[in-house]
Amino acid sequence: MITIDALTKTYGGFTAVDDVTFTAEAGRVTGFLGPNGAGKSTTMRIMVGLTPASSGSATILGRHFAELPNPGREVGVLLDASAQHAGRTGREILTIAQRTMGLPRGAVAETLSRVSLTDEEADRRVRNYSLGMRQRLGIATALIGDPEVLILDEPANGLDPAGIRWMRDLLRDFADQGGTVLLSSHLLHEIEVIADDLVVIGNGRIVAQGSKQELLAAAGTLARAEQPGALHRALADKGITASTSADGAVRTEADPAVVGQVALAAGIALTELRPADGAGLEEMFLELTAASQREGNTEGAAA
Amino acid sequence: MSTTTAPTSAHRRERSTPGPIPMTRLLDTELRKMFDTRAGFWLMASIGIAAVLASAATMLFAPDSAQTYESYSTAIGFPIAVILPMIAILSVTGEWSQRTGLTTFTLVPSRGRVIAAKLLCSLGIGVASMFVALAIGAVGNLLGSTLNGVDTSWNVDPTQFALIVLANVLGMLIGFMLGVLVRNSAGAIVGYFVYSFMIPTVFGLLWTFQDWFRDIQPWVDFQSAQTVLFDNTPSGEQWAHLGVTGLIWLIVPTLIGLRMVMRAEVK
Ligand SMILES: Nc1ncnc2c1ncn2[C@@H]1O[C@H](COP(=O)(O)OP(=O)(O)OP(=O)(O)O)[C@@H](O)[C@H]1O
Ligand SMILES: [Mg+2]
Repeated sequence: MITIDALTKTYGGFTAVDDVTFTAEAGRVTGFLGPNGAGKSTTMRIMVGLTPASSGSATILGRHFAELPNPGREVGVLLDASAQHAGRTGREILTIAQRTMGLPRGAVAETLSRVSLTDEEADRRVRNYSLGMRQRLGIATALIGDPEVLILDEPANGLDPAGIRWMRDLLRDFADQGGTVLLSSHLLHEIEVIADDLVVIGNGRIVAQGSKQELLAAAGTLARAEQPGALHRALADKGITASTSADGAVRTEADPAVVGQVALAAGIALTELRPADGAGLEEMFLELTAASQREGNTEGAAA
Repeated sequence: MSTTTAPTSAHRRERSTPGPIPMTRLLDTELRKMFDTRAGFWLMASIGIAAVLASAATMLFAPDSAQTYESYSTAIGFPIAVILPMIAILSVTGEWSQRTGLTTFTLVPSRGRVIAAKLLCSLGIGVASMFVALAIGAVGNLLGSTLNGVDTSWNVDPTQFALIVLANVLGMLIGFMLGVLVRNSAGAIVGYFVYSFMIPTVFGLLWTFQDWFRDIQPWVDFQSAQTVLFDNTPSGEQWAHLGVTGLIWLIVPTLIGLRMVMRAEVK
């Protein structure tokens, strides 16, 4: 379990992490979601003691990271897969981790195959690794100590679709066995298929958190009709605010049943009507972080 | 979340708290890291290569009268005195310049222990390479005197050798100091050359043109305090000069650098 309590980090006058509080529970995958520069990496670096906090605390398994006698055996960490000596081979990098943690020799080969790096690839220098191979090596370094907690900063970055599926299964498995997983991403689609719980951060502040279902439940309805404009007006007449995206999908907070009634009453034939789950979460993500978004005006531009 | 989660698996398995990481393990990995890249390997190999080249040059170019062990050890000493501080610098700065510190300091949060292991490994390599140089110089001296047809002269005594080792250890400590202070490979190497060539030049100018400086020079000029180690056995006062200048130019900046290493953000 990871407990973050009133964590704040300021750089000079700039507050990168602002009074952040959340817990990542054992047995669950917690997604840490936020746009670029939201403070995800900073929060994660503070968790593992690489950056000192200005105030507040972060504990893992009830202790500060620095108090763990052999952290690699309890917490697997991947912060930046490209932060490796380009002149070492993948196998060598993993061997250093194995020796530091005091693991048996066989752990290296075992973990390499677990992340699907072949022997030939493992003996290449990291300079010649593709982005996805680096990511796999980074995940291998996190996994090799058979930890109880995983802290992964954008682990899916650079992985191909099969790699993303593989990682999803791996993290699911890890959590189902009682492990704690915290992973960050700025890509909603990536995280919504893996995470049980979500913590959404923007401008250093938490803007929403809860289980995925809770956050999805608040996501409303998506409907389509031959003339989206007519549907939009019909809803507006009933005092229901809706937004119409470029592809003609009408989204609203109202229940699907209500939208169906409105359409029927107005004599509009719907071509699609469903809870806005995935898509709705995206809307929520954009909305919740709108204030902190760089592209705060895209919504207006798209409409 | 899937509804099929077995509640019994809430705890993965009986976990025992792992023991702490012993210092020997840190020494092992830090030493390994100094050799396991091409750059690192050739830096180490360059000590042996430089010693062989310097011996060969002495053999070929030194006059008969200079076919002595002292000539060989002096010739070998020059390149080594430059290479060893580089080894000390790079062992520290690599963690920042190559960003490996992100992994290193997460696996071992106690940065002080990692840095101590690096220092011990550097010094160990330094002293070991001095003995390698001693042996290569001995072979060179034997070959050289035989080829040049003069008596083999062994005019380096253990005290002298010990002083030269000490001088090189100081050189490595300077490299280490610059490493923790600058934490960037290129910057620290430039710093080293400024430190060892620019500062003595400035002191030289002051000594020549400023009378007041002549009195205090022995107490502020670290470089000149060190040169006695290569030349002769220092007197008590010269040891005092070395101690005072070392405090100013080595110990204080090292402490500042260590403090920065402990607090700096690793990213
Ligand atoms: N040393 C520093 N000095 C000043 N500002 C900093 C420093 N380190 C980070 N920041 C700022 O803190 C903010 C949060 O950065 P962080 O890397 O945590 O974002 P992130 O959520 O990980 O973003 P991304 O999705 O792009 O990785 C950014 O605005 C960044 O510029
Ligand atoms: Mg980041």
